Amino acid sequence: MSAVADRYKELQELGVEVISISVDSVFVHKMWNDHELSKMIDGDIPFPMGSDQDGSIGKLYGIYDEEGKVETRGRFIIDPDGIIQGFEVLNPTVGRNIEETIRQIKAFQLVRESEGREVTPAGWEPGKKTLKPGPDLVGKVWQEWSVAEGAK
Amino acid sequence: MPVEFKAGCQRPAIKMDMVEEEKREEKPIIKEGDNMIKVGKPAPDFTIPAFYEGKFVELSLSEFKGKWVLLCFYPGDFTFV
Repeated sequence: MSAVADRYKELQELGVEVISISVDSVFVHKMWNDHELSKMIDGDIPFPMGSDQDGSIGKLYGIYDEEGKVETRGRFIIDPDGIIQGFEVLNPTVGRNIEETIRQIKAFQLVRESEGREVTPAGWEPGKKTLKPGPDLVGKVWQEWSVAEGAK
Repeated sequence: MPVEFKAGCQRPAIKMDMVEEEKREEKPIIKEGDNMIKVGKPAPDFTIPAFYEGKFVELSLSEFKGKWVLLCFYPGDFTFV
């Protein structure tokens, strides 16, 4: 979670609010913030750390591990209308990549701002070419975009 | 004798006794028909206690309408990853 906290300013500039959730109590959240996380980042965890002690919210989102009685690494991007735009779930032993999360948020924001007139092809990053879907583009993507463009 | 276990990213599994073991049914994490999470569908609302800015608070997802939200679940405080 410290990796997300470290990029919090950038997320705020993108208009993104963060909520973290685990099955720990709010008291343990405080201890973790005070004794470890605040030493890894500049200051305290800047977003709310939610406590889902019975796993009911994790179950609602389909990421609760009944055997381990913990949440797995589920990450959801929710748009201003409350619609889920993307999610990723990892087994606990591998951490996430906040860079990729921010890339996806920027891509979803671009699509939303263009009201769907522009879409972002594979490997898109800010500044790279977008595609404008429509009858004229059918069968012509090869002329407009290359695999190499995505891999750059 | 107490047996030492390797501290990992998850809590140690809770050992049910043998009788209960038989009674237990395999439950899929996501039940079909239940609030299935899908892209393009509304995020289920919830209210949750939280530690925020030095205080213990209660917040709801619905309070964040009009903003982008990054919702991050993780296995537990003081785990390693």
